[in-house]
Amino acid sequence: MTNTQPHTSKLHELAYDATNQCIQCGYCLPSCPTYISMGQESASPRGRINLVKAAAEGKIDVTKDLAEPIDLCLGCRACETACPVNVPYAHILESAKEVITENEQEAGKTAKIKRLTLQHVFTNSNLMRMGGNFIWLYQVTGVQKVAAKMGLLDKFSPAMAALEHVMPTVERPGKRPTRGTWLRAYGTTTATVSFFTGCISDAVMNKTNRRSVELLRTVGCDVYIPKTQNCCGALHSHQGDHKTAVTLAKENIEAFEEVQTDYIVNNAGGCGASLQEYEHLLTNEDSNWQKRARLFSARNKDISEILVDCSPLPFKKNGPAVVTYQPSCHLTNVQKVTEAPRQLLKQIPGTQFVEMGQSDTCCASGGIYNLLHHEEANKILDHKMDFARATKAQVMIMSNPGCLLQMRLGIKRAGLDEEMEGMHLVDLLAELCDIP
Amino acid sequence: MENWQIEQLHTLFPSERFFTSTADLYSYSFDASFGEYIPEVICQPLHVEEISTVVKKANEWKVPIYPRGSATSLSGGPLPVKGGIVLDMSQMKDTLTIDQENMIATVSPGVLTADIHRAAEEVGLFYPPDPSSALISTIGGNLLENSSGPKGLKYGTTKEYVIGLEVVTPTGEIVKTGGKTVKNVTGFDLTRLIVGSEGLLGIVTEATLRLIPKPQAQKTLLATFHSPVDCGKAITEVLRHGVLPAAMELMDNACIRAVEHFQPSGLPIDAGALLILEVDGTDVSTENEIGHCQTICEHAGAISVQVANNEEERAAIWKARKMVSPAVTELGPTKISEDATVPRGKIPEMMERLQEIRERYQLNLVVFGHAGDGNLHPNIITDKRNTEEMKRVEDAVSDIFETAVELGGTLSGEHGIGLLKAPYLEMEYGTAGVNLMKSIKHAWDPNHVLNPGKMFAEEGQTKVVLT
Ligand SMILES: Cc1cc2nc3c(=O)[nH]c(=O)nc-3n(C[C@H](O)[C@H](O)[C@H](O)COP(=O)(O)OP(=O)(O)OC[C@H]3O[C@@H](n4cnc5c(N)ncnc54)[C@H](O)[C@@H]3O)c2cc1C
Ligand code: SF4
Ligand code: SF4
Repeated sequence: MTNTQPHTSKLHELAYDATNQCIQCGYCLPSCPTYISMGQESASPRGRINLVKAAAEGKIDVTKDLAEPIDLCLGCRACETACPVNVPYAHILESAKEVITENEQEAGKTAKIKRLTLQHVFTNSNLMRMGGNFIWLYQVTGVQKVAAKMGLLDKFSPAMAALEHVMPTVERPGKRPTRGTWLRAYGTTTATVSFFTGCISDAVMNKTNRRSVELLRTVGCDVYIPKTQNCCGALHSHQGDHKTAVTLAKENIEAFEEVQTDYIVNNAGGCGASLQEYEHLLTNEDSNWQKRARLFSARNKDISEILVDCSPLPFKKNGPAVVTYQPSCHLTNVQKVTEAPRQLLKQIPGTQFVEMGQSDTCCASGGIYNLLHHEEANKILDHKMDFARATKAQVMIMSNPGCLLQMRLGIKRAGLDEEMEGMHLVDLLAELCDIP
Repeated sequence: MENWQIEQLHTLFPSERFFTSTADLYSYSFDASFGEYIPEVICQPLHVEEISTVVKKANEWKVPIYPRGSATSLSGGPLPVKGGIVLDMSQMKDTLTIDQENMIATVSPGVLTADIHRAAEEVGLFYPPDPSSALISTIGGNLLENSSGPKGLKYGTTKEYVIGLEVVTPTGEIVKTGGKTVKNVTGFDLTRLIVGSEGLLGIVTEATLRLIPKPQAQKTLLATFHSPVDCGKAITEVLRHGVLPAAMELMDNACIRAVEHFQPSGLPIDAGALLILEVDGTDVSTENEIGHCQTICEHAGAISVQVANNEEERAAIWKARKMVSPAVTELGPTKISEDATVPRGKIPEMMERLQEIRERYQLNLVVFGHAGDGNLHPNIITDKRNTEEMKRVEDAVSDIFETAVELGGTLSGEHGIGLLKAPYLEMEYGTAGVNLMKSIKHAWDPNHVLNPGKMFAEEGQTKVVLT
């Protein structure tokens, strides 16, 4: 049944060599959250790689056979960290997604909500910010109609409806830190940084963004927020929209070349990982773009790294008795930042840091996975909550907006909302440093 | 299989443990060796009764059944070469209990080896068999392949620790073998026959394992030598002086170079051999023994000997060994990992013969292994898409097997015969030996439903085939 469709040969060209690097040793299986929860090989990294290989060889069909197992991958990349021979899983995954998406479009299948929403909402940060404003309006006025008008909330229902309950309070639009001007350090300047706001964070977690900027200024950073920055493109490459991802990357590289600073700082593990990989994303562009991408990624830092460098933080009060930490997969597996957030939490006066069992396993937020695969995500999440409960923490810390929402949902599902609160690392640190 | 048979099987399993989609069939078509064989259905049993029923059906229908653990076999053990049913045992993992007083573990077949290590160590006990795949292999797979690792020299292989089994026989009966005591001479020792039988004589549904007290201390050294012969001398001397190390890992020059190229860590790239030696026991005994071993290595002409002074240095030494796998992938995407084993005294000679094979066939051949028990791992690094080179690889592999047997050794010390080495079984045991094994198989499995196509060569199958 060998099949020589164009999408097959494209997949072959994009990913066949990479799939052949896999020695099928299975070391990645115990690290994969979807394999753990579903228990079948087609939901494992080794299984998925082998299926991409079979599809590239024309043995199985891209749409009928490959799309579903690929769709169910969280993209957490824990398998890459576990792999002894460095199989480039993300590259295989994204190649498969690209070919699956193209193939669906050619087949004239009604484009899924995800892609519609992605292209129309997330590429346009103004629209996203407006979305944020509406969520804020929605929260303070409780007018359901506003949400309905946005068309964002109910399209994803019931998953979105569930998430809505755990949305952080969005601040009044006027409070956003100004863009395009220097916000000087309080005290002596030790570093200059450009701040990456992120599209979703900017819309729905603007308070965390504002506090990030304030924290950075407090520890001695001059902060600049480039005006024309955009979504990092992660959601697009994860959903197979390679072209838009490349365009967004170029726009961001340009935006952050406008003012030269020591670092580009973000507070979202997922976005940071995507910024970190611009060089890989632009491999097919000319050498000038590659160079610019390389320089860009070299400046990219997670906020925890900067804060650790400027430690100790000026804490003004004691923290909660026990805190625990759910790392962002992309912060761990792509940016390889594992210690900095923990070090910061260990510095908090009056607080004991307790490591959560299997904290390195994905929470199933996986970009927008929790919106697209509600049930599978909940199964993975509930498993995680057993470990969360055992820590007896009052505060669980996250370092990525998607994880934050997901873990808040988990806390609610586990009936722990009375005892435990889910917070972004920045929000807890800011509060304890008396930054409102 | 007929559709109605698949439908009937489905009545035994809920849909989340019963797979027939194309994606699923392809996902159970491989292991960590070679080839792709598409099964017709996959079942994930959780209870011994389910297995017994499936096996009885398979006998009735004459449909093959292939038990599968984590599919890390390097010899094709779980491959469904004749289609039929894959019995995925990996989800049967609910029992892992340690009886501290009797120093016994009771485990379900799908429990991962590393989880047994951890559970035993938590209560100060020790389950020694340590295949390097322990993090991912199932204990079921370990039992059926009689797996082992670096600790084999001092502590023996898996079979030394299995004292009782619950199995479903090839005709579907549920049988218990052995018991819960270390000593047991009641009846034939079926436990030993089943362990290492590669899933040909029964499906293991529960195992009782013997544990031992955990050694309190470890001491490790790394020595480099001009030649494998010098290194071999050091190994023999260490053992002659009454020291029984917990591990003696050997790496050849090609291996050292690959590791240094991958991640420079100051290994001497012109050394002919590198030895990692570890002793375990009490604080006092390990201190003494490692000192002894150091002197012996120096006398045997070591270029350098470095004893780890703390945990960090010990980890750094082991890192050199752990780097081998990722390092050799730089040489090519396909790794053919052999495990021919020779009597310990023949190691230097085997190393020389491997060198000749490397040159004769012009291949990337690196050698590492467990020197203490003569179990070498010649690894050929190639690209399976290069058919011309793969033909040379096939010839080289045949040569390796023949050389091992000629030196009084064996085809396989760890990975089993499975599919890949079946054509060579007769070379080691002769026709009469193989026929005796076949008659046991036939007596237990008259319909040949359990893992057919393995261990015994098919008509006309005369050598290893990788292409
Ligand atoms: C990177 C790597 C390193 C390795 N290192 C070592 C090593 O150091 N030492 C070593 O000995 N091996 C090693 N191996 C080989 C392999 O891991 C072992 O053979 C292991 O025991 C296989 O376990 P598994 O769960 O993957 O079983 P599988 O590969 O799935 O099956 C192995 C065999 O057991 C049968 N089987 C599995 N479960 C059952 C059951 N419950 N009842 C009946 N039959 C069953 C199968 O039919 C098959 O014949 C390595 C493999 C890899 C990929
Ligand atoms: S990215 Fe995460 S979910 Fe996807 S295969 Fe790897 S470990 Fe599994
Ligand atoms: S760990 Fe790496 S090589 Fe091994 S099966 Fe997974 S992806 Fe393949």
